[in-house]
Amino acid sequence: MVQVFSKASLQPEQARNIAPRARCGLLPEGHHLSQSIEITPQLVAEHGLKPDEYERILKLIGRAPSITELGIFSAMWNEHCSYKSSRLHLRKLPTKAPWVIQGPGENAGVIDIGDGQACVFKMESHNHPSFIEPYQGAATGVGGILRDVFTMGARPIACLNLLRFGSPDHPKTRHLVSGVVAGIGGYGNSFGVPTVGGSVNFHTRYDGNILVNAMAVGLAKTDEIFYAKATGVGRPIVYLGSKTGRDGIHGATMASASFEADAEEKRPTVQVGDPFSEKLLLEACLEIMAKGCVIAIQDMGAAGLTSSAVEMGAKGGLGIELDLDKVPCREEGMSAYEMMLSESQERMLMVLDPAKEKEAEAIFVKWGLDFAVIGKTTDTKRFVIKHKGKIEADLPIMELGDEAPLYDRPHVPTPKKPVIEGASVKPPKSNADALVHLIGTPDLCSKRWVWEQYDHLILGNSVQQPGGDAGVVRIGDGPKGLAMTTDVSQRYCEADPVEGGKQAVAEAWRNLTATGALPLALTDNLNFGNPEKPEYMGQLVGCLEGIGDAARALDFPIVSGNVSLYNETQGRGILPTPSIGGVGVIADVTQSASVAFKKAGQQIILIGETQGWLGQSVYLRDVCGREEGAPPPVDLVAERRNGDFVRALITARRVDAVHDLSDGGLAVALAEMAMAGKIGAKITCDLGAQPHATLFGEDQARYLLSASADEASKILADAKAKGVPAAVIGTTGGDALELPGEKPVVIATLDRAHEGWLPAYMAGQA
Amino acid sequence: MKAVVVLFPGSNREGDAVRALEMATGKKPQIVWHAETELPAGTDLVLLPGGFSYGDYLRCGAIAGRAAIMDAVRAHAARGGLVLGICNGFQILCEGGLLPGVLMRNKDLRFICKMQHLRVERADTDFTRAYTKNQIIKVAIAHGEGNYEADDETIKRLEGDGRVAFRYCDAQGVVGGLANPNGSTNDIAGIYSDKLNVLGMMPHPENLIDPLVGGIDGAGLFKSLVAA
Repeated sequence: MVQVFSKASLQPEQARNIAPRARCGLLPEGHHLSQSIEITPQLVAEHGLKPDEYERILKLIGRAPSITELGIFSAMWNEHCSYKSSRLHLRKLPTKAPWVIQGPGENAGVIDIGDGQACVFKMESHNHPSFIEPYQGAATGVGGILRDVFTMGARPIACLNLLRFGSPDHPKTRHLVSGVVAGIGGYGNSFGVPTVGGSVNFHTRYDGNILVNAMAVGLAKTDEIFYAKATGVGRPIVYLGSKTGRDGIHGATMASASFEADAEEKRPTVQVGDPFSEKLLLEACLEIMAKGCVIAIQDMGAAGLTSSAVEMGAKGGLGIELDLDKVPCREEGMSAYEMMLSESQERMLMVLDPAKEKEAEAIFVKWGLDFAVIGKTTDTKRFVIKHKGKIEADLPIMELGDEAPLYDRPHVPTPKKPVIEGASVKPPKSNADALVHLIGTPDLCSKRWVWEQYDHLILGNSVQQPGGDAGVVRIGDGPKGLAMTTDVSQRYCEADPVEGGKQAVAEAWRNLTATGALPLALTDNLNFGNPEKPEYMGQLVGCLEGIGDAARALDFPIVSGNVSLYNETQGRGILPTPSIGGVGVIADVTQSASVAFKKAGQQIILIGETQGWLGQSVYLRDVCGREEGAPPPVDLVAERRNGDFVRALITARRVDAVHDLSDGGLAVALAEMAMAGKIGAKITCDLGAQPHATLFGEDQARYLLSASADEASKILADAKAKGVPAAVIGTTGGDALELPGEKPVVIATLDRAHEGWLPAYMAGQA
Repeated sequence: MKAVVVLFPGSNREGDAVRALEMATGKKPQIVWHAETELPAGTDLVLLPGGFSYGDYLRCGAIAGRAAIMDAVRAHAARGGLVLGICNGFQILCEGGLLPGVLMRNKDLRFICKMQHLRVERADTDFTRAYTKNQIIKVAIAHGEGNYEADDETIKRLEGDGRVAFRYCDAQGVVGGLANPNGSTNDIAGIYSDKLNVLGMMPHPENLIDPLVGGIDGAGLFKSLVAA
């Protein structure tokens, strides 16, 4: 198994013990490469490089690499930076649409939202660091994604996240939830961006490998987007932000290895976040961008200085020469190797317009930020690193990225699971009791305990707060707004990756639609197990097929993303979890809809077809104790037709409450609408032969709406004309939810069940 | 009403404060950088906004309380000028010696962001005339260190002199118990200086000025200031 480069092997003592047997190869004339450490097969393995990958390096540069060069290759060619296992399959995803300004390949995706405005967004994982050191791991995950967004010239306006923890019974889970939530809040709250949405689930398959996926959304002008591509030869390269320390060395390599029992020992590879510095960096960067000082800019994220500098040069077809003696360092005696691989946070690399250098400097000084000219662009297309008078690396810059290994890994499709008929699933003694139980389970309970630790109100534009279908954020003084969501149903993906992949995209699209937004584009964060195992690779390939199908059918292209593989502990992979972050636009936020029932006496309309699909439902899992069957199939034509119909009703202000149906089906959605509005409902429709399947089945492409009686009959007629299944199923009112043939459940009882579990669990009482 | 908003490195609710003041006064308030030593001529109101000044890695507000601009703010207050500190601004006022007491970590040691009811303790100050005495208002809170503490003597003096501006309460106006989100002594959410011209408060009235975004119960404070 791949091992992370241990801290001990970086010590100079050890380096001195190795006889300097430099094997000089084909260096350009006049160059003397520093080669004090012999590259042994063990050293290569410790860098996460396979023997054939090392052969590739030898062939590419025609000689043995120096230790610094080996570190650079390991940083550029690991899974996290090179996408070597996923690239082949990612290429099949739809990434284009007339409104897409920038698809995958930059720091974040960019879409046109009209009026000269662009929305810049991306989601990224920080899974392994967050397991080792939950507060800092999660905090720096938020910091990294915020930096990706403002590097492109956008001011962040909202954050979201998607969290997956192990079983609540696992001894570490409480500690991880507490640390991750505090870390996300600690960073975002201080930086000053509202966290408006997210998703939190628990499952034993995440016991030793939690998921922390952070998403940031920013706003820019369409004609003022900034890119990494450097232009012009001989231009100074400026380093801005926090000083470089020894933290996070090999973070990207860690992200590309599986966890064994020694995860704790990897704590030194986790970075420490400083949201204050990041806030200063944001303000300084936006200020120099507005003044026209910036030619190219790239944040130092995974693989730090290495990846950012290579990116700048390679995209611009230029060489880069860095003088590491100029890099602001936090610690003394740092080696070239350490500086090139440090993942110290809150740092930026940029090429400035020489004519405006003084202006930029004044801004850096005003914000109290460290900066230094640490190198220059060249016409050699080589990546040259100098330190203390020696050349520590001299590599062909284009090939560092372009020639990264590309694997067509063997993959086997997941065997299909049998369809489970509703009649074969035991009904509960009482559907009402089953509902109360379900809304208090770890996955379906209220996550208030989590999102109240996030500042979701700062900036004063949060039209819809966490807890609904999607966050809705007004843009400036309006009336336009953005809806945003994160979602995935990993149990569907495990049972059938293709349908599960489709469903994840469809559900994100539905979440946005339920607010009245027009879904525009998505970012994906693909969290999977070890791609070298054909069954896990098969999950990745299957999910990507489903994601691609749904994205095409719903005109919902992928504009950015992140791949996190090797999510496994002691040989067992996590549930396949392709997180989808979706963004949609609302022309007038005063027309957006929310889940809360607004008044009594309204008709409740169910849109979409209900067959009572219980396979892989939370009812089957959390009431019957069975994680079985095929997941609900996704009919993308029906999704689109039903969703477009609902959105038009919201925009025309014909409905007053809207909720999409997902986990827990019809009954759970009704309970959520009643609790949010503090208004009950009486359901009067016929539940058919299998009432529990009708109430808890998770058939897709469905929504609940409420409207006046007059309006409801018109809506039914319109639905009929458009071929959209629609039926009135009951009426709002009272202080209880009354299901057919069941005792009424008062909202206070629903609230207690829904709000109770998480705070009690975190207090050690559940 | 000429209002200015002081900007410290790490302030992050200055935009929200600017928006609330602009809505109330009809003009954008001037932003004053922390390193300045003087306030603009004719300043009536100085607002210290929310955020994490200097990262709040030391005691919240401790460094900002000693920033260059604070001498000018203290002089302005001594002349009877109006000063409003919200959230981090309140912490800065305490650390800067303009208000007594200190903001400790919330009793459950977690950051908390939610809608919170407050009781307006008096409606005869320049900050609260648009409200009525004992009115219950709903505003936002968003802080990790909002637990107001002071020695018994100080609390007695604040209470005796009517210097408690707002108290945390529930929707019916009942104080204490679960209605107190952070453990503050006597449910104190905000206090005045002895001359009632300086107000520090943890809640965010500047985020409650719009019916579309949570409500308008915070607008009264800014309306009061404009009329002052």
